[in-house]
Amino acid sequence: MNNSKHDPHELEGFVFSEDTLAAANAEISKYPEGRQASAVMPLLDLAQRQCNGWLPRVAMDYVAEFLDMPPIKVYEVATFYTMYNLVPVGKYHVQVCTNLPCWLRGSDDVTAACKENLGIEFGQTSSNGDFTLSEVECLGACVNAPMIQINDDYYEDLDGITTASILTQLAIGDNPQTGSQVGRNSCEPTGGLTTLTKINIRGSGEK
Amino acid sequence: MLKDKDRIFTNIYGHHDAYLAGAQSRGDWDDTKALLGRGRDTIIEEIKASGLRGRGGAGFGTGLKWSFMPKEITDRPHYLVVNADEGEPGTCKDREIMRHDPHKLIEGCLISSFAMGAHAAYIYVRGEFYRETEALQRAIDEAYENSLIGANASGSGWDFDLYVHRGGGAYICGEETALIESLEGKKGQPRLKPPFPANAGLYGCPTTVNNVESIAVVPEILRRGSNWFAGFGRPNNTGTKLFNISGHIEQPCTVEEEMSIPLKELINKHAGGVVGGWDNLLAIIPGGASVPLLPKAICDTVLMDFDSLRDVQSGLGTAAIMVMNKSTDIIAAIARLSAFYKHESCGQCTPCREGTGWMSRMMNRMVNGEANIEEIDLLDHVTRQVEGHTICALGDAAAWPVQGLIRHFRPEIEQRINDAKKQSVAA
Repeated sequence: MNNSKHDPHELEGFVFSEDTLAAANAEISKYPEGRQASAVMPLLDLAQRQCNGWLPRVAMDYVAEFLDMPPIKVYEVATFYTMYNLVPVGKYHVQVCTNLPCWLRGSDDVTAACKENLGIEFGQTSSNGDFTLSEVECLGACVNAPMIQINDDYYEDLDGITTASILTQLAIGDNPQTGSQVGRNSCEPTGGLTTLTKINIRGSGEK
Repeated sequence: MLKDKDRIFTNIYGHHDAYLAGAQSRGDWDDTKALLGRGRDTIIEEIKASGLRGRGGAGFGTGLKWSFMPKEITDRPHYLVVNADEGEPGTCKDREIMRHDPHKLIEGCLISSFAMGAHAAYIYVRGEFYRETEALQRAIDEAYENSLIGANASGSGWDFDLYVHRGGGAYICGEETALIESLEGKKGQPRLKPPFPANAGLYGCPTTVNNVESIAVVPEILRRGSNWFAGFGRPNNTGTKLFNISGHIEQPCTVEEEMSIPLKELINKHAGGVVGGWDNLLAIIPGGASVPLLPKAICDTVLMDFDSLRDVQSGLGTAAIMVMNKSTDIIAAIARLSAFYKHESCGQCTPCREGTGWMSRMMNRMVNGEANIEEIDLLDHVTRQVEGHTICALGDAAAWPVQGLIRHFRPEIEQRINDAKKQSVAA
């Protein structure tokens, strides 16, 4: 754990905003009485969202008190799961999958495009604070490889050029199209459907 | 080839309305009350008779698993927990069910929970699937609003609540007891068994953990009958199955096909064939990262089912097929998987915590040929010190890909080492 006394990123204090509070209580209500510790993961996620993508120590302490848990149990959770960021991240957290299915289809090119376009390496944040670049394990979109996740969205069927284009659009404040970058709806074969063909004709045009 | 009329996931590509109106037009929620009216035992017997084996990797009989739940409901409530922590490299089928056919999963949750005496179920979705969770939650909200679930679900008299729990990015939580730990708000470290979850699972209560696909096919099996489902595939390997085909093929895709379809036919029919043609094939990992690879000679004839793949010392796993053609550095490919298991070991058992690091570091040296020939046997020995010596199967999963590589590609590893030695002498 970071020692907050020496951590330049640490915040002075943390409380849930009104919206977060409502969402937190909704999460707790999913679990039986006395089992509110089950909500620690969703609450840490909510706290992280409120803190622009990272979890300061004071937020973990707040969640611990909120759920009547020993702080160490909350730190254990926050350090075990990869989605909790214990240091600040950029406005856009670019996570590149380099696992086997993505690697076979060119995640090296995607990685290179990210590094070149952003001017940073894995684990770094751009100097203007807009982008953090991370290498991640399989994100479960393997038939749409290679892919990256930026904040809550997946960008799929990438190559170096489309990767750079997405990052450039984000940098100037545009909203690049999420999902497949080669025009697929989702996980169907690119060359035309081999199954569910009739149903598709009936429903073509609708989404 | 499976006909469209026999496909269960008729909106797997998301071309149609994924939500209630669309789902009902595809047959979901059609007189669910009558299905529940058959009674708990009849439902479990029907699922047993269908031959459905768990779709999450282990392939345990779904109906048999359900029958382990206590018959009587005491003061300890029963739970169904759905494993949607899809993270096995190569696997992306549950994602499509959740975002494109969520009502099949929700209806399946109701029926399965009823059969096991559970009034509540949790769907544990991997945290990265944020949009998929949104879609699933929207469908759950619809189901509540239309009294399909909730109090007196679908007019059956059975009260049923369904909740979504988002994970936090840990592959190990796909292991059922780690998933339960995580759902209780702890680190996802697997539990020692026994006791098994059916006796002491979530909050110490009787719990069954099933994969998304296993649960989502349940309503269709009950509607069409176990004989219909059992009519596909081979005995002990029945039904239809979602296959994910990734890697060096012309058209990567997810497709529902009949179990026991020949691997070659599956790839050529749906994925446009191997890049460079079938003869350009080097090897295939047929069931997610955890199962040993198969060289081309085996791929020529092997059937995609549990028993056929077990017979060639691999496994169906999640039916996630990763195709590698001759352009692949096969040693580097397996080294990447070793790095993955090193990253994902939860650290609880020493053989796995230390062994995954050992295997990864040795594999990295093999990639560059920076090893001695004898170390290939040493590496194989290390895998066998991990395999079978850990609480959960992650240790096995880390060992098997390396064993598969040594079994089928030892000459390549040796050549890499010899080439590196020659180069260093020349230099």
